[in-house]
Amino acid sequence: MHFDVLVEVRLRPGIADPQGATIERALPALGFHEVTGVSVGKAIRFRVEASDEAEAQHRVDELCRRFLANPVIEDVETTLAVTSGADAAATR
Amino acid sequence: MGVVVFPGSNCEGDAMEAVEVLGGEPSVLWHAEATTRSVDAVIVPGGFAHGDYLRPGAIARFSPVMAAVAEFAAEGGPVLGICNGFQVLTEAGLLPGALQKNRGLQFLCTTVALRVESRRSVLTSALEPGTVLHIPINHFEGNYTASPETLAELRSEERVILRYVDNPNGSLDDVAGICSEGRNVVGLMPHPERACHRLLGSTDGIALLRSFLDAGNQPSDLVIPARLSTSAGTPS
Repeated sequence: MHFDVLVEVRLRPGIADPQGATIERALPALGFHEVTGVSVGKAIRFRVEASDEAEAQHRVDELCRRFLANPVIEDVETTLAVTSGADAAATR
Repeated sequence: MGVVVFPGSNCEGDAMEAVEVLGGEPSVLWHAEATTRSVDAVIVPGGFAHGDYLRPGAIARFSPVMAAVAEFAAEGGPVLGICNGFQVLTEAGLLPGALQKNRGLQFLCTTVALRVESRRSVLTSALEPGTVLHIPINHFEGNYTASPETLAELRSEERVILRYVDNPNGSLDDVAGICSEGRNVVGLMPHPERACHRLLGSTDGIALLRSFLDAGNQPSDLVIPARLSTSAGTPS
Protein backbone atom coordinates (compact mmCIF):
# COMPACT_ATOMS: atom_id res chain seq x y z
CA MET A 1 0.00 0.00 0.00
CA HIS A 2 1.03 3.56 -0.59
CA PHE A 3 0.20 6.49 1.63
CA ASP A 4 0.31 10.19 0.89
CA VAL A 5 1.88 11.84 3.88
CA LEU A 6 1.71 15.43 5.06
CA VAL A 7 4.10 16.42 7.81
CA GLU A 8 3.51 19.81 9.37
CA VAL A 9 6.44 21.11 11.34
CA ARG A 10 5.76 23.94 13.75
CA LEU A 11 7.70 25.70 16.45
CA ARG A 12 7.01 24.45 19.94
CA PRO A 13 5.08 26.67 22.32
CA GLY A 14 7.43 29.15 23.92
CA ILE A 15 9.89 29.16 21.03
CA ALA A 16 10.10 32.58 19.45
CA ASP A 17 8.56 32.78 15.99
CA PRO A 18 10.02 35.96 14.49
CA GLN A 19 8.63 35.14 11.03
CA GLY A 20 5.09 34.81 12.34
CA ALA A 21 5.48 37.96 14.42
CA THR A 22 6.79 39.93 11.45
CA ILE A 23 3.93 38.82 9.20
CA GLU A 24 1.42 39.68 11.89
CA ARG A 25 2.91 43.13 12.34
CA ALA A 26 2.58 43.78 8.60
CA LEU A 27 -1.11 42.84 8.42
CA PRO A 28 -2.74 46.06 9.69
CA ALA A 29 -1.06 47.97 6.86
CA LEU A 30 -2.96 45.71 4.43
CA GLY A 31 -6.25 46.19 6.21
CA PHE A 32 -6.30 42.79 7.95
CA HIS A 33 -6.85 44.10 11.46
CA GLU A 34 -8.85 41.02 12.44
CA VAL A 35 -6.02 38.50 11.95
CA THR A 36 -4.07 37.37 14.99
CA GLY A 37 -2.05 34.37 16.12
CA VAL A 38 0.10 34.06 12.98
CA SER A 39 2.70 31.31 13.14
CA VAL A 40 5.02 30.04 10.44
CA GLY A 41 6.01 26.41 10.01
CA LYS A 42 6.83 23.97 7.24
CA ALA A 43 4.75 21.51 5.28
CA ILE A 44 6.55 18.46 3.90
CA ARG A 45 4.73 16.05 1.58
CA PHE A 46 5.85 12.64 0.39
CA ARG A 47 4.61 9.14 -0.35
CA VAL A 48 5.49 6.06 1.66
CA GLU A 49 5.01 2.36 0.97
CA ALA A 50 3.99 0.10 3.85
CA SER A 51 1.97 -3.05 4.47
CA ASP A 52 -0.62 -1.15 6.49
CA GLU A 53 -1.34 2.24 7.99
CA ALA A 54 0.15 1.39 11.39
CA GLU A 55 3.46 0.48 9.81
CA ALA A 56 3.41 3.62 7.65
CA GLN A 57 2.68 5.78 10.69
CA HIS A 58 5.49 4.14 12.61
CA ARG A 59 8.00 4.82 9.83
CA VAL A 60 6.83 8.39 9.39
CA ASP A 61 7.09 9.05 13.13
CA GLU A 62 10.63 7.67 13.11
CA LEU A 63 11.54 9.86 10.13
CA CYS A 64 10.16 12.94 11.87
CA ARG A 65 11.97 12.16 15.10
CA ARG A 66 15.33 11.56 13.46
CA PHE A 67 15.31 14.08 10.65
CA LEU A 68 12.34 16.20 9.66
CA ALA A 69 11.95 18.01 12.98
CA ASN A 70 14.28 19.09 15.73
CA PRO A 71 12.49 18.11 18.94
CA VAL A 72 14.31 20.83 20.88
CA ILE A 73 12.39 23.54 19.04
CA GLU A 74 9.77 21.87 16.84
CA ASP A 75 6.60 19.76 17.05
CA VAL A 76 5.14 17.77 14.20
CA GLU A 77 1.67 16.77 13.13
CA THR A 78 1.35 14.02 10.54
CA THR A 79 -1.54 13.16 8.27
CA LEU A 80 -1.65 9.93 6.27
CA ALA A 81 -4.07 9.08 3.48
CA VAL A 82 -4.15 5.99 1.29
CA THR A 83 -2.88 7.00 -2.13
CA SER A 84 -5.79 7.11 -4.57
CA GLY A 85 -6.09 4.55 -7.39
CA ALA A 86 -4.56 6.40 -10.34
CA ASP A 87 -1.73 7.88 -8.25
CA ALA A 88 -1.00 4.49 -6.71
CA ALA A 89 -0.70 2.94 -10.17
CA ALA A 90 1.72 5.69 -11.18
CA THR A 91 3.80 4.98 -8.09
CA ARG A 92 4.18 1.35 -9.06
CA MET B 1 44.14 20.13 12.55
CA GLY B 2 41.32 18.81 10.43
CA VAL B 3 38.80 21.25 8.97
CA VAL B 4 35.55 19.62 7.88
CA VAL B 5 34.21 20.76 4.51
CA PHE B 6 30.60 20.16 3.47
CA PRO B 7 29.08 21.31 0.21
CA GLY B 8 28.13 24.87 1.17
CA SER B 9 30.78 25.43 3.84
CA ASN B 10 32.41 28.79 3.25
CA CYS B 11 34.62 29.56 6.24
CA GLU B 12 37.04 26.66 5.85
CA GLY B 13 39.63 28.92 4.19
CA ASP B 14 39.49 31.41 7.07
CA ALA B 15 39.79 28.60 9.59
CA MET B 16 42.76 27.01 7.82
CA GLU B 17 44.48 30.37 7.45
CA ALA B 18 44.05 31.06 11.17
CA VAL B 19 45.40 27.63 12.08
CA GLU B 20 48.42 28.26 9.89
CA VAL B 21 49.04 31.69 11.40
CA LEU B 22 49.13 30.00 14.80
CA GLY B 23 51.65 27.43 13.61
CA GLY B 24 49.26 24.51 13.12
CA GLU B 25 48.97 22.30 10.06
CA PRO B 26 45.46 22.44 8.64
CA SER B 27 44.03 19.76 6.40
CA VAL B 28 40.64 19.27 4.80
CA LEU B 29 38.28 16.55 6.01
CA TRP B 30 35.83 16.09 3.13
CA HIS B 31 32.29 15.38 4.30
CA ALA B 32 31.87 12.23 2.22
CA GLU B 33 34.83 10.44 3.80
CA ALA B 34 34.03 8.66 7.04
CA THR B 35 37.33 9.42 8.72
CA THR B 36 39.13 12.06 10.74
CA ARG B 37 42.42 10.53 9.55
CA SER B 38 45.15 11.22 12.07
CA VAL B 39 44.29 14.80 12.93
CA ASP B 40 44.64 15.81 16.57
CA ALA B 41 41.73 18.27 16.56
CA VAL B 42 38.72 19.02 14.34
CA ILE B 43 37.10 22.30 13.34
CA VAL B 44 33.61 22.31 11.84
CA PRO B 45 33.62 25.71 10.15
CA GLY B 46 30.88 28.15 9.23
CA GLY B 47 28.88 28.45 6.06
CA PHE B 48 25.66 26.95 4.78
CA ALA B 49 26.27 23.21 4.75
CA HIS B 50 23.88 21.56 2.29
CA GLY B 51 22.27 24.94 1.74
CA ASP B 52 20.86 24.99 5.29
CA TYR B 53 17.94 23.08 3.75
CA LEU B 54 15.37 21.75 6.19
CA ARG B 55 17.29 23.29 9.12
CA PRO B 56 20.90 24.46 9.42
CA GLY B 57 22.98 21.34 10.07
CA ALA B 58 20.08 18.91 9.66
CA ILE B 59 21.49 17.24 6.55
CA ALA B 60 25.16 17.77 7.34
CA ARG B 61 24.84 15.70 10.50
CA PHE B 62 24.24 12.62 8.33
CA SER B 63 27.40 13.12 6.30
CA PRO B 64 29.80 10.17 6.65
CA VAL B 65 32.47 12.37 8.23
CA MET B 66 30.18 13.21 11.15
CA ALA B 67 30.15 9.62 12.42
CA ALA B 68 33.94 9.81 12.51
CA VAL B 69 33.83 13.19 14.23
CA ALA B 70 31.42 11.79 16.85
CA GLU B 71 33.78 8.89 17.49
CA PHE B 72 36.75 11.27 17.70
CA ALA B 73 34.82 13.41 20.21
CA ALA B 74 33.81 10.37 22.25
CA GLU B 75 37.49 9.50 22.62
CA GLY B 76 38.14 12.96 24.04
CA GLY B 77 39.40 14.59 20.85
CA PRO B 78 38.95 18.37 20.68
CA VAL B 79 36.13 19.43 18.34
CA LEU B 80 35.21 23.05 17.64
CA GLY B 81 32.05 24.10 15.81
CA ILE B 82 31.95 27.69 14.62
CA CYS B 83 28.67 29.28 13.52
CA ASN B 84 27.15 26.78 11.08
CA GLY B 85 29.55 24.27 12.63
CA PHE B 86 27.89 24.90 16.01
CA GLN B 87 24.51 24.28 14.39
CA VAL B 88 25.82 21.02 12.91
CA LEU B 89 27.12 19.87 16.31
CA THR B 90 23.76 20.53 18.01
CA GLU B 91 21.90 18.70 15.24
CA ALA B 92 24.34 15.81 15.61
CA GLY B 93 23.65 15.67 19.34
CA LEU B 94 27.28 16.40 20.23
CA LEU B 95 26.12 19.57 21.98
CA PRO B 96 22.72 20.19 23.60
CA GLY B 97 20.11 22.75 22.56
CA ALA B 98 19.42 24.33 19.20
CA LEU B 99 19.95 27.54 17.26
CA GLN B 100 16.85 29.33 16.05
CA LYS B 101 16.28 32.48 14.01
CA ASN B 102 17.59 35.68 15.52
CA ARG B 103 15.23 37.73 17.60
CA GLY B 104 14.20 40.59 15.32
CA LEU B 105 14.57 38.40 12.23
CA GLN B 106 17.73 40.14 11.10
CA PHE B 107 20.87 38.69 9.64
CA LEU B 108 23.62 40.02 11.90
CA CYS B 109 27.07 40.90 10.61
CA THR B 110 28.99 42.86 13.21
CA THR B 111 31.64 42.60 15.89
CA VAL B 112 30.38 41.81 19.37
CA ALA B 113 31.85 41.71 22.86
CA LEU B 114 32.03 38.29 24.49
CA ARG B 115 32.78 37.55 28.11
CA VAL B 116 34.75 34.44 29.00
CA GLU B 117 32.71 32.62 31.65
CA SER B 118 34.85 29.57 32.20
CA ARG B 119 38.30 28.41 31.29
CA ARG B 120 37.25 24.79 31.62
CA SER B 121 37.01 23.99 27.94
CA VAL B 122 39.36 23.25 25.06
CA LEU B 123 38.61 26.71 23.64
CA THR B 124 39.03 28.86 26.72
CA SER B 125 41.73 27.14 28.79
CA ALA B 126 44.18 30.01 28.22
CA LEU B 127 41.76 32.76 29.23
CA GLU B 128 40.83 34.26 32.57
CA PRO B 129 37.09 34.24 33.29
CA GLY B 130 35.79 37.78 32.93
CA THR B 131 38.05 38.54 29.98
CA VAL B 132 36.13 40.45 27.29
CA LEU B 133 36.89 39.56 23.66
CA HIS B 134 35.79 41.32 20.49
CA ILE B 135 34.85 38.77 17.86
CA PRO B 136 32.74 39.05 14.68
CA ILE B 137 29.36 37.39 14.30
CA ASN B 138 27.76 36.64 10.95
CA HIS B 139 24.52 34.69 11.25
CA PHE B 140 20.76 34.55 10.86
CA GLU B 141 20.09 31.56 13.07
CA GLY B 142 22.24 32.12 16.12
CA ASN B 143 19.59 32.47 18.79
CA TYR B 144 20.52 29.72 21.23
CA THR B 145 17.69 27.87 22.90
CA ALA B 146 17.40 24.84 25.13
CA SER B 147 14.93 23.32 27.56
CA PRO B 148 14.94 24.74 31.11
CA GLU B 149 16.44 21.43 32.32
CA THR B 150 19.25 21.59 29.77
CA LEU B 151 20.02 25.21 30.61
CA ALA B 152 20.08 24.40 34.33
CA GLU B 153 22.53 21.57 33.62
CA LEU B 154 24.76 23.79 31.47
CA ARG B 155 24.82 26.43 34.18
CA SER B 156 25.44 24.11 37.10
CA GLU B 157 28.24 22.33 35.23
CA GLU B 158 29.80 25.62 34.13
CA ARG B 159 29.40 24.67 30.50
CA VAL B 160 28.37 28.11 29.24
CA ILE B 161 31.90 29.20 28.40
CA LEU B 162 31.18 32.45 26.51
CA ARG B 163 28.35 34.95 26.91
CA TYR B 164 27.42 38.01 24.90
CA VAL B 165 28.01 41.22 26.85
CA ASP B 166 25.14 42.82 24.91
CA ASN B 167 22.92 40.03 23.57
CA PRO B 168 22.54 40.63 19.81
CA ASN B 169 20.25 37.77 18.78
CA GLY B 170 18.00 36.82 21.69
CA SER B 171 20.06 33.83 22.82
CA LEU B 172 18.82 32.21 26.00
CA ASP B 173 20.84 33.39 29.01
CA ASP B 174 23.11 35.39 26.64
CA VAL B 175 24.76 32.14 25.56
CA ALA B 176 27.40 32.61 22.85
CA GLY B 177 29.31 29.37 23.34
CA ILE B 178 28.96 26.10 25.24
CA CYS B 179 30.95 22.93 25.75
CA SER B 180 30.15 19.25 26.12
CA GLU B 181 30.13 17.33 29.37
CA GLY B 182 33.67 16.19 28.60
CA ARG B 183 34.59 19.84 27.83
CA ASN B 184 36.34 18.75 24.61
CA VAL B 185 33.49 19.63 22.23
CA VAL B 186 32.83 23.34 21.93
CA GLY B 187 30.38 25.32 19.82
CA LEU B 188 30.03 29.07 19.41
CA MET B 189 28.29 31.39 16.97
CA PRO B 190 31.03 34.07 16.79
CA HIS B 191 33.99 33.60 14.44
CA PRO B 192 37.35 33.58 16.29
CA GLU B 193 39.12 32.63 13.05
CA ARG B 194 38.17 36.03 11.65
CA ALA B 195 39.79 37.83 14.56
CA CYS B 196 43.36 36.63 14.22
CA HIS B 197 44.97 39.57 12.47
CA ARG B 198 45.29 43.28 13.18
CA LEU B 199 44.07 44.03 9.66
CA LEU B 200 40.81 42.24 10.43
CA GLY B 201 40.09 44.62 13.29
CA SER B 202 40.71 42.25 16.19
CA THR B 203 43.24 39.68 17.29
CA ASP B 204 41.10 38.45 20.18
CA GLY B 205 40.41 35.15 18.42
CA ILE B 206 44.03 34.11 18.76
CA ALA B 207 43.84 33.24 22.46
CA LEU B 208 40.79 31.04 21.82
CA LEU B 209 42.29 29.19 18.88
CA ARG B 210 45.62 28.95 20.68
CA SER B 211 43.88 27.10 23.52
CA PHE B 212 42.22 24.84 21.00
CA LEU B 213 45.44 24.05 19.15
CA ASP B 214 47.18 23.31 22.44
CA ALA B 215 44.37 20.94 23.40
CA GLY B 216 45.04 19.07 20.16
CA ASN B 217 48.70 18.78 20.99
CA GLN B 218 48.01 17.01 24.28
CA PRO B 219 47.75 13.21 24.29
CA SER B 220 44.03 13.71 24.00
CA ASP B 221 41.87 11.24 25.84
CA LEU B 222 43.98 11.06 28.99
CA VAL B 223 45.24 14.54 29.55
CA ILE B 224 42.41 16.85 28.56
CA PRO B 225 39.74 15.88 31.08
CA ALA B 226 42.28 15.82 33.89
CA ARG B 227 43.83 19.10 32.90
CA LEU B 228 40.50 20.83 32.65
CA SER B 229 38.93 19.21 35.67
CA THR B 230 39.85 22.18 37.82
CA SER B 231 39.52 25.83 36.97
CA ALA B 232 42.53 26.50 39.17
CA GLY B 233 44.89 24.75 36.74
CA THR B 234 47.67 26.69 35.09
CA PRO B 235 46.60 27.83 31.65
CA SER B 236 48.92 26.60 28.95
